[in-house]
Amino acid sequence: MRNRLLLFSFFISAALVVMQSCQNEQEINYQRYFVNGKGLYETNCQNCHSKDGSGLKGLYPPLTDTKFITSNRNKLACIIKYGMNAKIIVSGKEYQEQMPAKQELSDIDIAQIIVYVSNSFGNKNGFYDTSDANTDLKNCK
Amino acid sequence: MRILLSFFIIILLFSACNTKEQHSLPILGNREPVEKVVDGKTVTDTIYQTIEPFSYLNQDSIPVTEKDFDGKIYIADFFFTSCNTICPTMHRNLLGVYEQFKGNPEVKFLSHSIDSKYDIPSKLKKYATKLGVEGDQWEFVHGSADSIYNVSAKNYLVAAYADDKEPQGLVHQGWFILVDKDKHMRGAYDGTKEDQVEHMVADMKILLKESQADEK
Repeated sequence: MRNRLLLFSFFISAALVVMQSCQNEQEINYQRYFVNGKGLYETNCQNCHSKDGSGLKGLYPPLTDTKFITSNRNKLACIIKYGMNAKIIVSGKEYQEQMPAKQELSDIDIAQIIVYVSNSFGNKNGFYDTSDANTDLKNCK
Repeated sequence: MRILLSFFIIILLFSACNTKEQHSLPILGNREPVEKVVDGKTVTDTIYQTIEPFSYLNQDSIPVTEKDFDGKIYIADFFFTSCNTICPTMHRNLLGVYEQFKGNPEVKFLSHSIDSKYDIPSKLKKYATKLGVEGDQWEFVHGSADSIYNVSAKNYLVAAYADDKEPQGLVHQGWFILVDKDKHMRGAYDGTKEDQVEHMVADMKILLKESQADEK
């Protein structure tokens, strides 16, 4: 009886440790993507979109429109990689400028930028993996 | 001993006062000594570099010359509207300065486009409007490539030129040049750095005070 209890508690704690480490791994990945994404944002995006994601007046749109970021999250990879020239409405204002393409960025770079952008400036969209970027990039128009 | 101590304290107090005093700004650029004969005596005078006459079209297609800057201090810089490297940061910073001095008849801004092919006045107008700039306190000017490159290098000592090796084909430095009412350069600040731009605003205030004192 006593042995069985010991064994049971051993399995429970083992399962807990495994689950915990899984969670930790995703958490660690998120942190890693976020930190790298911040650096990539600074070199590739910040000049126009600003340090706090506020953009620049009517020239460059802000990244603080959480609705826009959430509903267009699966399009962000294409926009970052191939640029954009379409008319868009962000935070109730119309924008139309040529956003430059960044074709030199790899899928993981893009995923890291998306993790940073969509979890900063008021956005809270959680983790976005390299495989997500890979899928989204296949659907670029 | 006590006398010595109070002596030190007095000196300390005086030096504290001194640091608060405003410095006058140096005159930058080339200078050449010129010998003149005044009342039979030979006197050496210094001629400071001044901004030479220019003529460009602004965002409203109106000619802008150095005369439009008479009696004003101004900030000059070089940019182009499709630039996605340092220009947005420079103009984000300059917009903050513009908003502080908005409506001040003694202060102007002069942004030269170095992309003469693309940045025609209508493009500059669109850019200015989107930036939230109206009127002519901040002039965005268009000129031939040669005239702009010449003026940047010779007048303002800022590098700006075409280079096919660059991704965007144009090279330029992000300096803001502060020019006084006598068209002398009085300061140069890295327009991409917030602390330097703050420094520039402080210097602009010093310069405005200096010219007020001169008028009295």
